[in-house]
Amino acid sequence: MVQLTLPKNSQLTEGKVWPKPAGATNLREYRVYRWNPDDGRNPRVDTYFVDMDDCGPMILDGLLYIKNKIDPTLTFRRSCREGICGSCAMNIDGANTLACTKGADEVKGPIAIYPLPHMPVIKDLVPDLTQFYAQHRSIEPWLQTTTAAPQKEWKQSREDREKLDGLYECILCACCSTSCPSYWWNGDRYLGPAVLLQAYRWLIDSRDEATGERLDNLEDPFRLYRCHTIMNCANVCPKGLNPAKAIAEIKKMMVARQV
Amino acid sequence: MSTSTTKSSRPLSPHLQIYKLTWTMVMSIIHRVTGAGLYFGTLLLAWWLVSAAIGPGAFATAKAVFGSFLGRLVLFGFTWALFHHMIGGVRHFIWDLGRGFGEAERFLLAKITLGGSLALTILTWIVAYAAN
Repeated sequence: MVQLTLPKNSQLTEGKVWPKPAGATNLREYRVYRWNPDDGRNPRVDTYFVDMDDCGPMILDGLLYIKNKIDPTLTFRRSCREGICGSCAMNIDGANTLACTKGADEVKGPIAIYPLPHMPVIKDLVPDLTQFYAQHRSIEPWLQTTTAAPQKEWKQSREDREKLDGLYECILCACCSTSCPSYWWNGDRYLGPAVLLQAYRWLIDSRDEATGERLDNLEDPFRLYRCHTIMNCANVCPKGLNPAKAIAEIKKMMVARQV
Repeated sequence: MSTSTTKSSRPLSPHLQIYKLTWTMVMSIIHRVTGAGLYFGTLLLAWWLVSAAIGPGAFATAKAVFGSFLGRLVLFGFTWALFHHMIGGVRHFIWDLGRGFGEAERFLLAKITLGGSLALTILTWIVAYAAN
């Protein structure tokens, strides 16, 4: 349902301004969303100052600097620090991206950081992705066949394999889904760009034999058709993929099987 | 997990409040707004037609309202909403064919929709005034 404002317990308050690191001359201001499940207070935005002469170039480096040197309670997910695990997905400077592949120099002025939008917050920059993963599970993201399994592998021509390019690279970071206003308002029923891109990845896999059932599962006013081509998904994907295009292809498959 | 982190007590992360507007996002919003505006505009059109059917008195009243400065302003807005929604519809048709999703293409389509609708609106009014 469309609710443009935040619920009462989610409204932002001004937080603490942490002291500048002593002797630093090259400072960047970070404004970071904080919420602590244990203090019973509303979320707030804390201000930190990062010494860029003592810190790596990426936003994730800045967050690690804050956690290591200023405020160890700052909580966020991170792992690979090279854009392949998808853990550090967050809203930076008004758009979703991975903190590890976004350079601090790409942002002008104070660097504003929030959790992925319109998600329940577990703590600070850590959103609850339970539903997102459950939706991914619902499209049954694995190879399904009815014919007898071959002696060795399921074979695929080069041309058919190429159809998976631009799809298999998805790391399920949820940047796209949580950038989508349609997913904000109807995330309980609309599957969202990431999951639909994954659905298409199995729909056009030449080895998969459950295409009909997969399309049946998506034939729903909400699951698929809440995509209104707002295109935020394609604008933000940190891997440069195009979920909007994948969704359009699914819609085309829906029409194609009717005629 | 501590008892204070039950799901219901979790805050919702900010969304519209912090999200930076993009061209395609704004065009989607305007498409919705102009679509809603067309309902209103169609009512005006219906009134104009009905007044013509009723007789010269009613038609003169409608004509006076539409001819006033405010009336013309509303009609100008209606004209723009009509053109914007129409070009937006063509844009959606292109997308339905699976085309126009590339980064350069989708921004170009957004700009064509806005620029095209403004240009056609102004052109229509210039023609209308010239013919008057």
